Amino acid sequence: MAVIVVGAGPAGTRAAARLVEAGLRPILLDEGSRQGGQIYRRQPENFTRPPAALYGSEAGKATALHRDFAALRPHIDYRPETLAWGARPGELLTLHGETATALRYDALILATGATDRVMPVPGWTLPGAYTLGAAQIALKAQACAIGRRPVFFGTGPLLYLVAWQYRKAGVEVAAVLDTSPFAARLRALPLLAARPGVLLAGLRYTAALLRAGVRVESGITPLAVEGEGGRVAAFRWRDRRGREQALATDAVGMGYGLRSETQLADLLKCRFAFDPVARQWLPELDAEGRSSVPGVYLAGDGALVRGADAAELAGRLAACALLRDAGHPVDPLETAHLRAGLRGMARFRRGLETAFPWPGAQAAALPDATIICRCEAVTAGDIRHAAAALDAPEVNRAKQLMRPGMGRCQGRVCGLAAAEVLAAARGVPVRAAGRLRGAAPVKPLPVATRMPEETP
Amino acid sequence: METAILPIGQARAAAPILPARDKGGGKGGVMAGLMHRVAERGRARLRLTVDGVEIEALEGDTLLTALLTATARLRESEFGDGARAGFCLMGACQDCWVWTEAGERLRACSTPAVAGLRLVTGAAPWP
Repeated sequence: MAVIVVGAGPAGTRAAARLVEAGLRPILLDEGSRQGGQIYRRQPENFTRPPAALYGSEAGKATALHRDFAALRPHIDYRPETLAWGARPGELLTLHGETATALRYDALILATGATDRVMPVPGWTLPGAYTLGAAQIALKAQACAIGRRPVFFGTGPLLYLVAWQYRKAGVEVAAVLDTSPFAARLRALPLLAARPGVLLAGLRYTAALLRAGVRVESGITPLAVEGEGGRVAAFRWRDRRGREQALATDAVGMGYGLRSETQLADLLKCRFAFDPVARQWLPELDAEGRSSVPGVYLAGDGALVRGADAAELAGRLAACALLRDAGHPVDPLETAHLRAGLRGMARFRRGLETAFPWPGAQAAALPDATIICRCEAVTAGDIRHAAAALDAPEVNRAKQLMRPGMGRCQGRVCGLAAAEVLAAARGVPVRAAGRLRGAAPVKPLPVATRMPEETP
Repeated sequence: METAILPIGQARAAAPILPARDKGGGKGGVMAGLMHRVAERGRARLRLTVDGVEIEALEGDTLLTALLTATARLRESEFGDGARAGFCLMGACQDCWVWTEAGERLRACSTPAVAGLRLVTGAAPWP
């Protein structure tokens, strides 16, 4: 039986391990050069910082995942630096170097992870403006800070975690500015209590930042990243009392939680549904990770953003579902145990979305000149023009007319914000603005790519 | 052989093709990089060329790190809205493309820096 797992983070690694336990030899595709995914991303081999310096309180989990992968590797077909860029029923299209390959599969587990969820703000394309995830990767994988005195803004646990990691690395953090009101966090406490350890860790980061004298504010509204000489020079925002504030800074890290990478599921025509908690369109899954398409399973943050611990459980659970569907014996106690573990994660996730909501409403207030699509410099005004004068009812029509999401990132960065701008302009809920459809290749291919022979 | 080597993270000279990069936070005549190393400084050094100017980087750097510890941009937006220096660092946004002088396109955040590479950060070169 040919099984492919896409993604070598916590979900993909645990899925592959469970398949091997059943005697299969899956192909594990990794776009990165070393297993670990983004959260447990490894530093280059010639770096020397210990795991505790890289992963903090999660060092034990990271090293366990890396160690288990080393034991797993002889039993799987691991393909690093390999992009899955296209899919059709029973076949996945990959790229390694400049060589494209068509891989046949009987079953597929998509563990494609997530990227930062971003709400644009004037000036966010300036050099020195990065996602929170990028700020963390710079530090973790390259031992670099994005600036000497960065401002971090947005919302979500990553906002505080990254700021604390920077502080710990000796970087002066100018401010940590959260768009969520503090009251939302209090409201979310009963849900967040589903994972007391994680909740406590989050509170500790915030307390440590305050102790270090870092300016921490809640309930802010970002106004602009300002530049000078072609790079970030200041950040302006409105504080919770409505007063305008500004700080000189050489870098900003921004982000509002995460969004799932769902393009391959889309190409395989998996059914999507609007998730009112995440305010995103996501593949419809059963409790074990089965999509609406037989033989296609999803796990990890690429299915539903619940974090790394949930991803490990969900990866293993999706593999169990696959095995059972393929006629392998699976102990019902094992799946019951994994499902029980995920229930607490689901409750915690609702807590996070309550505490740190996506500020979709900000889209309506963005000035017309604000770039939304950074690939092709499509502005909020362009999208409003498509929505109103050109009567585009949803994002795909707007994309045809004004090109938001048409560029090289395929709407990964701007898609959710573009939908919010369009929905606000038409006075409809964001759900009615739809979602950008995926198209192959899901990432740009080199011009020199050698295509595989067509299979009959 | 070159003898004078500037500290890591500083380009060798304020070459005329890189005029605007010093205004944001640089001091004196040396261009200021966007990113700053906080650890792992003891790695082997390597050199590459950016827009005709030699820069020094460390083994294990991505191209993005190598360039942005020395300068403050990776590319120009094709739509006239200014310089870009990447955004997501995880291969999703495609906003960190750089070109070799020979016209090969590289995604700076996921491409390791190798000695002797000759890159351009302006418009894509004609082959």
